[in-house]
Amino acid sequence: MIDKNYSSVANAVADIPDGATVMIGGFGASGSPVELIHALIDQGAKDLTVINNNTGNGEVGLAALIGSGQVRKMICSFPRSSQSKVFPELYKQGRIELEIVPQGTLAERIRAAGAGIPAFYTPTTVGTILAEGKESREFEGRTYVMEPWLKADFALIKCEVADPMGNLTYNKTARNFSPIMCMAATTTIVQTKNLVAAGGIDPEIVITPGIFVNRIVEVTQPVHEDTLIAAGRSYP
Amino acid sequence: MNPKITSTGSTNKGWTREQMAARAALDIPDGSYVNLGIGIPELVAGFVPEGREFIYHTENGLLGMGPPPSEEDRDLDLMNAGKKYVTAVPGAAYFHHADSFSMIRGGHIDFCVLGTMQVASNGDIANWSTGAPGAIPAVGGAMDLVQGVKNIYVITQHTTRQGDPKLVERCSYPLTGPGVVSRIYTDLAVVEVTADGFRVVELAPGISFEEVEEKTGAAILPPK
Repeated sequence: MIDKNYSSVANAVADIPDGATVMIGGFGASGSPVELIHALIDQGAKDLTVINNNTGNGEVGLAALIGSGQVRKMICSFPRSSQSKVFPELYKQGRIELEIVPQGTLAERIRAAGAGIPAFYTPTTVGTILAEGKESREFEGRTYVMEPWLKADFALIKCEVADPMGNLTYNKTARNFSPIMCMAATTTIVQTKNLVAAGGIDPEIVITPGIFVNRIVEVTQPVHEDTLIAAGRSYP
Repeated sequence: MNPKITSTGSTNKGWTREQMAARAALDIPDGSYVNLGIGIPELVAGFVPEGREFIYHTENGLLGMGPPPSEEDRDLDLMNAGKKYVTAVPGAAYFHHADSFSMIRGGHIDFCVLGTMQVASNGDIANWSTGAPGAIPAVGGAMDLVQGVKNIYVITQHTTRQGDPKLVERCSYPLTGPGVVSRIYTDLAVVEVTADGFRVVELAPGISFEEVEEKTGAAILPPK
């Protein structure tokens, strides 16, 4: 019987090693797997490369992971946040690396990795400083730059409903990068608000098919970053 | 939705932020798929002309974005690309980020209305970085939008707070995209980007062409 269920967030992230590349779902606070991130802080893996659209908010979740000194490099499209000083301070001190990737290119590089496509051409960045050093080619009279796939060793994902097969659904715009990150990581770890039996999700509405998911852990009352920040919380 | 451009500011000369947004909305046809940038462009949604319907796209995976919710109707999982809480209209759809940017890059979105730091007479736009040493670069989806959306409109004050022109011969800041902007809505005028450079389409109330010319950092043609 397939059962990808793990008993705790701590067990689910226990084997993430130093130096791993970790995708973290979410766009700002929406869809951020806060409990899995906090478990990774407790676990203590260092020298991580983290892929997320942003660099976290307040002093919780991703911002707390960065603040704990566990992240060597961030790959993201928008590292500024009105709500967090953690990344900017480390960046200005030269203590964290940054690879800036346009948001659509970031999404497509992740999707390409999951789809087994090592590179693709896009018009995004043509004629800008972000195209410098990239291979370019003309198609039908227009210039495009080549972008490589973006893989990860692990993905940390938050979903709304999961079954033991790993089939997932999400809630509204909390979906964002999560489905493509599930596809692009070697080991995808998902926290779900609701764990239902196989058959509990209508196959017609499955967003992420279970083949892209390795571990499920139920977190029935996930905290939202915005709620923690409003309460003035920090982690640990 | 208010179809009229009403006076919402205290000045008698030029257009307010709301009037700039309302003027831009007049140039967007019924049934358009529209992406609005952060700042003044967001105001466009409040001025959809009578009898028209726009479908709003937001990069983080929603087509059919509605106005901000009341405090009690707020859903923490329903945000726009500016990370503000929004609603979904009847007929809305959610999707993941790669699909969202397929809509953008694949040319499926009709209009994008953006703010800017500079826009040049050849249609170049610079709105993501000053290039200053020590600045943290943050590009978001701007470069995808300007390359992929069919029509790129800009709403901006005609000059900076210091009085420097934002409509220029060539951008001094790092480009977001080359030759992509077709129309500009400022507090002083509506300006189109033509093969011959900037041309005034319409002057705001109480504004002369000479004033626009003086406050523009490039050659600009008078209205036809």
